[in-house]
Amino acid sequence: MSNKNKTVATIDGNEAAAYVAYRINEVCAIYPITPSSTMAELADEWASKGTKNIWGNVPDVIEMQSEGGAAGTVHGALQTGSLTTTFTASQGLMLMLPNMYKIAGELTACVFHVAARSLAAQGLSIFGDHQDVMAARTTGFAMLSSASVQEAHDFALIAQVASLRSRIPFVHFFDGFRTSHEVNKLELLGDDQIRSMVPDELVIAHRKRGLNPETPFIRGTAQNPDVYFQGRETVNTFYNNTPGIVQEVMNDFAKLTGRKYELFEYTGAADAEELTIIMGSGGETVEETVNALNKQGRKTGVIVVRLYRPFSLSHFINALPATVRSIAVLDRTKESGAAGEPMYQDVLATLVEALQQGKLKKLPNIVGGRYGLSSKEFTPAMVKAVYDELKKDHPKNGFTVGINDDITFTSLEYDPAFKLDESEWRQGLFFGLGADGTVGANKNTIKIIGENTDLFAQGYFVYDSKKSGARTVSHLRFGPKPIRAPYLISKADFIACHQFNFVEKVEMLESAGEGATFLLNSPYPKEEVWNKLPGQVQQQLIDKKIKLYVIDATTVARDTGMSGRINTIMQTCYFALSGVLPKDDAIKQIKKAIEKTYFKKGPKVIEQNFKAVDETLAHLYEVSYPKKVSAASVDLLTVSDKAPAFVKEVTAMMMSGHGDDIPVSKMTVDGTYPSGTTQWEKRNIADLVPVWEPDVCIQCGNCAYVCPHSVIRAKFYNEKFLGKAPEGFKSAPINARGFPETKYSLQVYVEDCTGCNLCVEVCPASDPANRNRKAINMDNKEPILQKEKKNIGFFENIPWNDRSKIDFSTVHGAQFLEPLFEFSGACAGCGETPYLKLLSQLFGDRLLVANATGCSSIYGGNLPTTPWAKNKDGRGPAWSNSLFEDNAEFGLGMRITADKQLAVARQLLLEMKDELGEAYVNEILDAPQTLESELVLQHQRVDGLKARLKEMTSSASKHLLSMADQLVRRSVWLVGGDGWAYDIGYGGLDHALASGRNINILVLDTEVYSNTGGQSSKSTPTAATAKFAAGGKAGGKKDLAMQAISYGNVYVARVAFGANPQQALLAMREAEAYDGPSIILAYSHCIAHGYDLKDGLGQQHKAVASGHWPLLRYNPVLRKKNQNPFVLDSPRPNISLKDYAYNELRYKVLTMTNPEAADNLMKRAQDLVNLKWKTYEELATKKASDFVPVA
Amino acid sequence: MKMHTTYMGLKLDSPIVVSACTLSEHTDNIVKMEDNGAGAVVLFSLFEEQIRKEEAVFNSVMSETSYAFPEAMDYFPGLDDFKVGIDEYLENIRKAKERVKMPVIASLNGITNEGWIDYSKQMQQAGADGIEVNIFFIPGDITMSTAEVEHRYLNIIENIKQTVQIPVAVKINPYFSAMGNMAMRMKNAGADALVLFNRFYQPDFDINELVIKTDLHYSESNEIRLPLMWIALLYGKVKLSLAATTGVQSAVEVIKYLLAGAEVVMTASSLYKNGIPYLKTMNKEVNDWMYMMGFDSVDAFRGIMSQQNIADPTAYERSNYIKILEGIK
Repeated sequence: MSNKNKTVATIDGNEAAAYVAYRINEVCAIYPITPSSTMAELADEWASKGTKNIWGNVPDVIEMQSEGGAAGTVHGALQTGSLTTTFTASQGLMLMLPNMYKIAGELTACVFHVAARSLAAQGLSIFGDHQDVMAARTTGFAMLSSASVQEAHDFALIAQVASLRSRIPFVHFFDGFRTSHEVNKLELLGDDQIRSMVPDELVIAHRKRGLNPETPFIRGTAQNPDVYFQGRETVNTFYNNTPGIVQEVMNDFAKLTGRKYELFEYTGAADAEELTIIMGSGGETVEETVNALNKQGRKTGVIVVRLYRPFSLSHFINALPATVRSIAVLDRTKESGAAGEPMYQDVLATLVEALQQGKLKKLPNIVGGRYGLSSKEFTPAMVKAVYDELKKDHPKNGFTVGINDDITFTSLEYDPAFKLDESEWRQGLFFGLGADGTVGANKNTIKIIGENTDLFAQGYFVYDSKKSGARTVSHLRFGPKPIRAPYLISKADFIACHQFNFVEKVEMLESAGEGATFLLNSPYPKEEVWNKLPGQVQQQLIDKKIKLYVIDATTVARDTGMSGRINTIMQTCYFALSGVLPKDDAIKQIKKAIEKTYFKKGPKVIEQNFKAVDETLAHLYEVSYPKKVSAASVDLLTVSDKAPAFVKEVTAMMMSGHGDDIPVSKMTVDGTYPSGTTQWEKRNIADLVPVWEPDVCIQCGNCAYVCPHSVIRAKFYNEKFLGKAPEGFKSAPINARGFPETKYSLQVYVEDCTGCNLCVEVCPASDPANRNRKAINMDNKEPILQKEKKNIGFFENIPWNDRSKIDFSTVHGAQFLEPLFEFSGACAGCGETPYLKLLSQLFGDRLLVANATGCSSIYGGNLPTTPWAKNKDGRGPAWSNSLFEDNAEFGLGMRITADKQLAVARQLLLEMKDELGEAYVNEILDAPQTLESELVLQHQRVDGLKARLKEMTSSASKHLLSMADQLVRRSVWLVGGDGWAYDIGYGGLDHALASGRNINILVLDTEVYSNTGGQSSKSTPTAATAKFAAGGKAGGKKDLAMQAISYGNVYVARVAFGANPQQALLAMREAEAYDGPSIILAYSHCIAHGYDLKDGLGQQHKAVASGHWPLLRYNPVLRKKNQNPFVLDSPRPNISLKDYAYNELRYKVLTMTNPEAADNLMKRAQDLVNLKWKTYEELATKKASDFVPVA
Repeated sequence: MKMHTTYMGLKLDSPIVVSACTLSEHTDNIVKMEDNGAGAVVLFSLFEEQIRKEEAVFNSVMSETSYAFPEAMDYFPGLDDFKVGIDEYLENIRKAKERVKMPVIASLNGITNEGWIDYSKQMQQAGADGIEVNIFFIPGDITMSTAEVEHRYLNIIENIKQTVQIPVAVKINPYFSAMGNMAMRMKNAGADALVLFNRFYQPDFDINELVIKTDLHYSESNEIRLPLMWIALLYGKVKLSLAATTGVQSAVEVIKYLLAGAEVVMTASSLYKNGIPYLKTMNKEVNDWMYMMGFDSVDAFRGIMSQQNIADPTAYERSNYIKILEGIK
């Protein structure tokens, strides 16, 4: 094929695979899961735009409630003859396993495209390895592995054709993130090429095998011992034929495209002695390293496995050089307790069999090793370490590479200084914030260069785990040949720092090569910037002879009307300085790209961007600096001396970006980590922070209540404490009569603040003399930082107020309760976390939390630091995450334990009443535990009991001691988002509600899958757009409240803390007090709604005022008292739905893209709101007897 | 009866024009206005400040939600076609022009020189028949002199007229020291019409909450006297079109304004109260009145009550005011 006919694109692996899958298939059943979501999203987007497949129709793309549902739908569509696919990863693939056995057992042609990812074990990980696909290797699916973005594209087609020819279903997989998210230049397959690879007769044969009442048959029978076994063996021929078919398809593909593939691709010396066998993206790294080692005289080779199942002995032996003496099989997975990892065992068995069959003369030395779990880096240096190990007489079996295993000593040592020849590449590293557009600009840069020049381009993007103030590092490579380097840049010739404060926080120049260019976005002019750099940065600049350039991008952006967006400016600097393209050509290309990008936005926007480009060049300066360090170094690893040892030794390493260096011995063995570690992080991400004005404050507590990050805290105390207060510590007389000696202080934890502004928005008080001055106002942090740190230290020494003396029933009172959920990494202005904080304040010292996977499990439990904390007594929320789909059952299990152990403890107490004293035992058993004062007393009683039991030696006393804590009433909360509660976990949630057990369910309802990027859930309201509902959701929102109410014995509340904080507080307390199941649906504003979250509280008000989110409580206790249990807490709607909805991009976008549909959907949505309100209003006026009686 | 008239050189079938209001946000309403006899429509106002705020919010949302977290590269589908800024407004002009024959006048409420120029240019390109510039400026800065305020108005008019070829009307307030002279200078700066008067947003106080109340009331018929007087004073003296707005609740106010010399009379509040079909009623009542009075065209009675055409020109001046006061005694 000639070059001129080739279409090149720079896209990521997900798009590369989905591009082909969409074109071949007629049905896509999908469900979002990282890192495969993009494939499903693209399929949905293309379908919504009417893009046709190669058959001339638009595929039917349907989002299901779970991957299990998607697999079932795939199965049904396949069984009726449709060309059907799905996209998934990790836990999603696990949920598909049952159907996969069925689909394979029925010899049904299809391809599942998988962005391979870790499985949740000791912890969840969204990153890449082969644990998921290895768990699917027994299903009977063939498994085809892509090692690059180009291969992800090509193999999507090869897998599909091979599947149709062989009738064996395929898993086509590639490495999550490393390939799924790597942007690379590739040759696109044309529709005619795809079409030519798929013969009509195969498709028609597939359809003919489908169920059809015109030619009926039955498939899916139940079989008995007499025939099942034989039935299983019928498929052997099909599996035996598959490797040959795949190779034939690969050969056909090579003729069509010039890209040749083998089932087992050998690279290396013809007389190789040391060989590795590997699958996935790591194969490229090994191949390139092998070539480099062989140039040094080594005799090495590598077999990259493409078709892993069925594993073909003949093809494998054909690929194996006869000279091989030692083999290392590299598995990107972990199979604890096995004789070895799966591919190692396959190779071992294959070679032994080959030996037995005489196809191999001598068995080489074979070892297995693990690498790259959870996207752990796998570099040429590590590859070399494996080959060096193979040179030994007795290479280590079961080795690991890339970590330091100082417990079982599996790890191979490697020399990080070993690198391949990188001289042909231009390598750039870009340090930015998630919100500053750095990644977007870099993706654009790759497209510009990749698609407009002969250069090849590669981009990979690393994010941290925070949702606010998240840092990103972009790794960009350009070169004259295809870039086969699936690992991070460690020696860059260009480093850009888009945020000046990173110089004191992030190690950036460690990866700079000698003579590299360092571009710094600096608020300081070129004359002053040198002295603003820390000592070690100065030293690195001097040592590596780095060229330093500065630009005040923020000012240029402001002056050119770019609304503070620095991405175009920094991108222009890169083009001007990097030398990837000649400067004039580079600027021409960037302007061309601007015209293309903003074509639809009109000439004004284009002109504005052009101006920014020109002004950038005029404000970019090289800095000449002295050859002597003038500033002190800063310590990047600092945590407070007060931090526990684990935090200092382990957590701090993760926080500073050195987590890769933590040895195995420092890790916890079972995924258990200490509570409350966010307090040590002090991220300092906000420039503007709240400042309290005591003279204006009315001490209402609203600011502390709404603060998503527990940054604002209040205490009252005797004025004697102020004697030792630092200068400037603020206080005010308590706003209550009769306590003249009592003071009130509101302390802002400025280093932990995200600057969201919600506190200012909610503040009702303002200075009568200056209405712009509220009781809390945003101000620059820098001038007050040191002073406030002292104030915080003092404030922390003031004891928290006695819980038994605080009125929990008011927002005002709640501010004095210690939050045991603090400083999470949630988005600035998050609408979920205020509920969790309140939960921790109200019930924290006896709280068990089962947290469904999602936003709340990420900001609640993603290392390095976690926000669930403990109080001075060491008590606090005990938190765990099981999975996404099973959280209700998981939480129910917690309740069952609490109930069971309580029963046993009570029984043991009774059994020991003679030893302990009957009155003593009865006091514990009969103690009321409703009021906080009663709970405090019971805690004291149980502490006393435990002290006595410790002195005893009987078996009963030991057992009782182990369960005595259950004698204090446990508060069990099942927490998760609407994706869990309405969709994937609904079956379990429904069952948990029906169980009648004392569980409390808190649904943090953002009306969309927030964590995975805004996909539609069954909570997504009518007329809103979301991914998988790009044309606006036409169906109604599920009324989960009414479904729960139908049981009669379930406490149900719908709350919105921004609209009615008091009602939200009341509902939480009533739910917890109710001895039965309860569910609270909590409106949570979210960045996925598309507006500035500082307006989140206002939107909550409007959601309620419009009737979209009617506040209600259904209390079975009232029903028992013969009162109407349905209480409507909202006033009748007084604004239209539009007045609420069109403040949000999720609704507004449709008015632009399809105004007619928007109009129709909005009318329908308003009708639904009206109807719902009417129903609720009627319920609120009914008699008790009109509702289901409580059993 | 001949109801047709001209306004800034545009030919209208009726002197009753729908003034800038939210009713024109929907093209269907504009069609209904024409069907019920509107002579022209001034589209709802484009507020530069609002556009800039929307752009800023959009940009902020985009940067907060794009490529910020490894599990979510973005959140909003279909944004390729999403327009921020003036595009949506321009689309409204285009849609209106496709569906109605009557003149469609764009309304621009700017804050920056750049905004006035850029937006008016784009409005012309989108097909607007004219532009009404709404210079909503309260000189709250007390160091600003009268001359500076006046210069600001004239500068805006000159800039826009240098940019566009379509006629430009200026909606002004009545608070110039020398209203007549200012009208003349605006004409000289290029204005094709004056719209009298802009009802400034006049804040009220909530004495319990100690906050400024931001409610807005429909104009009442008793508010027509000030614009009526100035139209009557300016008619024939300043060679540009005069449009009356404020207080038009029925055909009575329309007739009065036309008698004073207005080329067109604008209304919105009467349509909010009575619905768009009320235009037909007003047209009919003007027609009936003309028939009764024996006027066969609007031109036949336009301006006959203006200062230059009445027997006692002093009726519009201060001495008359004193007489009225004396009469009250």
